[in-house]
Amino acid sequence: MRYMLMVKANGYTEARVKPSEEHNAAMLAYQHSLAEAGVLLAAEELRPSSAGIRITYAKGSEKPEVLAGPFPIDPALVAEFTLINVDTEEEALDWAMRMPIPAERGASYAIELRRLEDKKENSRDPKLFTLEAELKDYLRL
Amino acid sequence: MSASQTHRTIDTIWRMESAKLIAGLVRMVRDVGLAEDFAQDALVIALDRWPESGIPDNPGAWLMTTAKRRAIDLLRRNKLRDQKYVEIAREIDLYTEDDIDRALDGEIEDDLLRLIFMTCHPVLSQDARVALTLRLLCGLTTDEIARSFLTAESTVAQRIVRAKRTLNAEKVPFEVPVGKELAERLSAVLEVIYLMFNEGYSATSGQNWTRPLLCQEALRLGRILAAIAPSEPEVHGLVALMEIQSSRLRTRINAKGEPVLLMDQNRAQWDQLLIRRGLTALEHARKLGRTLGPYAIQASITACHAVARTPSDTEWIRIAALYEALLRITPSPIVELNRAVAIAMAFGPAYGLQLVDELYGEPSLQGYHLLPSVRGDLLEKLGRLEEARTEFERAAAMTRNEQERTLLQKRAAACLQEGG
Repeated sequence: MRYMLMVKANGYTEARVKPSEEHNAAMLAYQHSLAEAGVLLAAEELRPSSAGIRITYAKGSEKPEVLAGPFPIDPALVAEFTLINVDTEEEALDWAMRMPIPAERGASYAIELRRLEDKKENSRDPKLFTLEAELKDYLRL
Repeated sequence: MSASQTHRTIDTIWRMESAKLIAGLVRMVRDVGLAEDFAQDALVIALDRWPESGIPDNPGAWLMTTAKRRAIDLLRRNKLRDQKYVEIAREIDLYTEDDIDRALDGEIEDDLLRLIFMTCHPVLSQDARVALTLRLLCGLTTDEIARSFLTAESTVAQRIVRAKRTLNAEKVPFEVPVGKELAERLSAVLEVIYLMFNEGYSATSGQNWTRPLLCQEALRLGRILAAIAPSEPEVHGLVALMEIQSSRLRTRINAKGEPVLLMDQNRAQWDQLLIRRGLTALEHARKLGRTLGPYAIQASITACHAVARTPSDTEWIRIAALYEALLRITPSPIVELNRAVAIAMAFGPAYGLQLVDELYGEPSLQGYHLLPSVRGDLLEKLGRLEEARTEFERAAAMTRNEQERTLLQKRAAACLQEGG
């Protein structure tokens, strides 16, 4: 199962204040261990919201409002994400908890863990073959 | 109305109408110099007749008709029975005096737009673009232009003559560029307006009335441009920037004529109408849905100050973020320095100092006194007074401005006292 670890924006990320060397080194080591464990799919940093555009459809309106950033710093704003592929939710949470945070900063820091929707594969489970047969009976196929 | 009153009124009319007049004439004669001559002729006739006859109901149309007649007279006299003449004759036949203004209304804005693209054409030097734009679109005299840029009148006159000649020689067309060229050319136009505004704004002495005039004219051109090119975000961005900056014009200088820093200004005296107009223009720029350009970002920064009731209400994090955005589009050590200050205000002096220290290797900032000034300020805030003093002294030695030197020396001395 795939999980996205979303690091939320704060003043530092929006103003792009560089993290300390220590933090960068810790982050690199973290990503390295993700890769070594074979769980890392992607890890990207987003530009601040000043480089973003929001398209909002007000209720009942067909015409969207297209608004250039920057946007207010709130929990909706994402700064970076790491995409991992793990076997259990515990494992995903474990990785998220191990993500280094820039300790020297005063701002609050939030990581949101979200599971990605599994791709609807056309997997034919042998256990369900009887059900398929029933469907075919019904359809007189 | 006395003769002098009439003359003053004619002055005002001229300032309002001359750009349209010249633009309309350029459309016919395709020559900026000729068009200006005909417009001037019409003005001379007006100055002669209006004190007697009174000012006509529609002075703009009157001037236009008169200028066109002059054009025809002259071309006839010169027996210039070429295509140009035929075209002008047709134009004149088309309209009677009364409906000329109405008929032109739709086209007039297009003509103005074409004219500004002509006067801001890249074949001209930056100085020439500014001078010619002030002359033809703002109706300023050569003397007024010279005084506002603190240059000799003869220099400006020569610049304008040469610019007109260049436009003719290069056969610069009277048209609004399209497609990819529009974006490039529009940025040249905006740059001229921005330069014009800044020239007026950065003047510290309020003595010379032509300098605030530059701000007004730039703002006026910007508003016209926003009305005729409404889908370009940067036009609105620039207008927003100018509106908001203008809101502080009154508070920037105290009774003694000394500059007052932004943080010390009386915010109650800021012009709220201009601030509102600026915020509206900025909102307009953002709603066009493209990421903000340099003017809109600068406008957003000034907007942060404009909406803060007191200096301590200022949203420094947002300002720091905006400087970062500006830096990404227009990388410059000066913007870096501004960003460092904003970051110091938002997150503490240590963060700002880190950035300033990185700038010390920057060759373009060597000898730039504001770099050690900022470093001194941050060191002082961190309580590193001895180092702060050294920086202030370095900065004082670098600046050529007497007033700044005195202030920097004062700050250096204060560090010495505080440190015991």
